[in-house]
Amino acid sequence: MEVTKEIISHVANLARLELTEDEIDKFTPQMKEIIEAFSQLAGENTSGINPSFHPIDIRNFSREDKVKDSLTQQQALDNAEHKKDGYFKGPKAV
Amino acid sequence: MKAAEFIQKVNSGEIDVVEHTHKVIEECKKLNKEYNYFNVISEELALEQAKAVRKNPDGRLAGLPVSIKDCICVKGVESRAGSAILNGYKPLFNATAVKKVIREGGIIIGKTSQDEFGFGGFSVNMGKGFKKPLNPFDKKRCCGGSSGGSGGITQKASFPNISLGESTGGSIVNPASFCGIYGLCPTYGRVSRYGLIDYGNSLDKIGPMAKHIEDTALMQNIISGFDKKESTSLNIPVDNYGSGIGKDIKGMKIGIIDFGMGDNVDDNVKKKTQEAIDKLSSQGAELKEISLPYSNKYGIPVYFLLAASEASTNLARYCGMRYGAYGKLEGSFNEYFTRVRSASLGDEAKRRILLGTFARMAGYRDAYYIKAAQIRTKMIEEYKKAFRKFDALISPTVNILPPRFDEIDKLSLLQIYTIDTLTVVPNLVGAPHINVPMGLVDKIPSGVMLTADHLNEGKLIQIASALR
Repeated sequence: MEVTKEIISHVANLARLELTEDEIDKFTPQMKEIIEAFSQLAGENTSGINPSFHPIDIRNFSREDKVKDSLTQQQALDNAEHKKDGYFKGPKAV
Repeated sequence: MKAAEFIQKVNSGEIDVVEHTHKVIEECKKLNKEYNYFNVISEELALEQAKAVRKNPDGRLAGLPVSIKDCICVKGVESRAGSAILNGYKPLFNATAVKKVIREGGIIIGKTSQDEFGFGGFSVNMGKGFKKPLNPFDKKRCCGGSSGGSGGITQKASFPNISLGESTGGSIVNPASFCGIYGLCPTYGRVSRYGLIDYGNSLDKIGPMAKHIEDTALMQNIISGFDKKESTSLNIPVDNYGSGIGKDIKGMKIGIIDFGMGDNVDDNVKKKTQEAIDKLSSQGAELKEISLPYSNKYGIPVYFLLAASEASTNLARYCGMRYGAYGKLEGSFNEYFTRVRSASLGDEAKRRILLGTFARMAGYRDAYYIKAAQIRTKMIEEYKKAFRKFDALISPTVNILPPRFDEIDKLSLLQIYTIDTLTVVPNLVGAPHINVPMGLVDKIPSGVMLTADHLNEGKLIQIASALR
């Protein structure tokens, strides 16, 4: 596949990144080099092989459904710059 | 002085821990001006802890200075994973590993510098406003990465100390090799990731970096164990990792990874690796070459595709609300998030997000992300098969000696990624691996890497001790 400036801009948009013209000029040939090299995986037959999303066998475990102490509302807001009336304040949604 | 000797002197009252901590902080400040090993020196916390240890000096780490990689949360101390997008973030809790260190009387001296979020093998991909750590043996050279600050301070400090590093694709053993110290990356799940700022959840591990093998074992004993707060933590009893130090290795079978001694490996690095092989052989270990074709051929693409995919989802949480960097609340949700992220993240973080988003994108997911995860299965099988024959595998840790910054500037992105060839596969497999310092070549350090099957940290430490 061809890695173009348009593809890089599209991917950036999906990832909520706005790239400058200079960044697009810099990243496009770099991503092209990497993606083309990594396309070698296509040559390996992997039919019937399960993907490994973890290196070891992991099983879910659950805790008891009991109410425990947690952060206070004030603590949860401690690291936020934008807050109002005990809530996080974000940009306008509508 | 080894950590254990120092701790004994604190336990017995021979060393005044408050006085000692004052000196340690002064030395850290001085070193930091010249070498940039810390993003934050936690003076206030260290002195407060020292006073508590003076009252109760019985802990297994009593009074020992411990530095913590910036991506591991320390309560009340700015923890940014080397990224400007976390500027101002002070965790409300300690990572489990940090909690265990403090419980045993360890003194937290600061947060060490690193590649932004761990994205690098040279500690040159710094976040905006962060400085590169300089190699303790030659300031024109890098410390390795991404736990570069941890490697640098552990080597350069005049006082006994241990650091907690973190590895996703080699970020403990690589800087340990470049800085001439031990670095142990444990089995995936052996040390709780609770409180670790994620890079790649299926790959991240916290582990000790230290000047002595005994110190490495001591810290591994303390930080290991099940944690109900962390869903991938292993509920398996913890060994005494230091029990094999100095014990006979006669009859142990060690595989020499063939591509570790290949054409793309620096001659001096090969020479040092051969010295290690000869030393193990002279003590009765049986060494034999082993070929790992999947790992050699596909290690780099599989690692970078999976790690970047995981990173791109993990970094989606940084949006300028709740904590860290922020902007003026203007525009729509997407406009605001995009503005804060674009202004705060560095080049390599942006590239990894692009790569990971691309690999998971509709139309490419099966060809890149899923394919890489399938080949990972084959690599795990390849290593498991090797460990049915061998107690451990040996190779250089990195195929080059620590490069100068001007040499790194000339490398292409693919060449930079390829530097991780020897370290990425043990990380994909989740197998424990250790860097053993092999002394200096032309006044700069070289190291070898030993890798063992899951949960065989004790065996690794035993073999490493035979190389002293």
